[in-house]
Amino acid sequence: MTTYSPTLIWILIGLAGLGTWLIRLSFIALLGRVATIPDLAMRILRLIPPAVLAAIVTPSITHASGTFDLGTDRFVAGIIAGVVAWRTKNVLATIGAGMSVLWLLQAMS
Amino acid sequence: MNQPSARRAPFQAGFFDIAPILVGVFPFGIIAGIAAVEAGLDSIQAYAASPIVFAGASQLAMIDLIGRDAAPIVIVATVLVINARMAMYSAALAPTFRDLSPLRKAYGSYIITDQSFAVSIVRFDQIDETPSERFSYYMGASLGLWVTWQIASLAGVIIGSGVPEKWSLDFAVPLVFMALVFPAINDRASTIAAVTAATSAVAFVSLPLNLGLLVASGLGLVAGVIWSRE
Repeated sequence: MTTYSPTLIWILIGLAGLGTWLIRLSFIALLGRVATIPDLAMRILRLIPPAVLAAIVTPSITHASGTFDLGTDRFVAGIIAGVVAWRTKNVLATIGAGMSVLWLLQAMS
Repeated sequence: MNQPSARRAPFQAGFFDIAPILVGVFPFGIIAGIAAVEAGLDSIQAYAASPIVFAGASQLAMIDLIGRDAAPIVIVATVLVINARMAMYSAALAPTFRDLSPLRKAYGSYIITDQSFAVSIVRFDQIDETPSERFSYYMGASLGLWVTWQIASLAGVIIGSGVPEKWSLDFAVPLVFMALVFPAINDRASTIAAVTAATSAVAFVSLPLNLGLLVASGLGLVAGVIWSRE
């Protein structure tokens, strides 16, 4: 639970929204002045989703209890969901598998 | 021209083409709403990110960081890094949007998403239409996604306050990211970027200010770029 004030949260949402819109508008607004994205920038942009998403996911299952622990229910459920995500690439199947395994393990303990 | 949607008016065709994707967007939106309430945001703020930011993965990451009182600059930077990929979509859509009015450029930009971009670029490649028809198609797809996201995240905010903690629904957030990361890993460079970022994120989890995510992502990008040069 956050201790941040509503005002600060409004500012964060506002800046995130404005910045995101400017990214989306960037080349649409600049066309005519900027012809293409440099090759290196293009390669970096392509790699952002796999890098950032992987960096978000892993600690949430390896540090589920606050410290490094591969024996948690969440780690086991996360690994199984990871296999389902890899094989099916389906959001619903991944959430379904991960939550079912987690609930099952929690019910057994 | 063998797509059934090719015979429809462009706006409708866009909507019909994105419809199957919306099935997967709905639970994602519900989870974003629930997560925002659980992070301690009041209902209006928990919902507000959906129309103001309108970018699911970054909203979930932002909510997670706000819930942990991460440094404000890190929160905003994380959102912008996650959304930087949309500069690619902006560049790819720019030729089509070139002669549209500034107003259309403004709201057409705001509504860019991974999904509506993906279906639109396929259509633009397959069917020869005027920029205005293409914009209609793109808006049909984008508005379909926008409305779905708004309804789903609003539903999540409403449900959110009533979900018992023992259901552990916060775990659905990493599960959503997991479902998104695998389709993004499609060659050697992206595999190396993901594996490097994942292991670095574990190693740097206790960096101050919740900087671990940004540092690990940066290392993943560097590793991926180095390997994609060969």
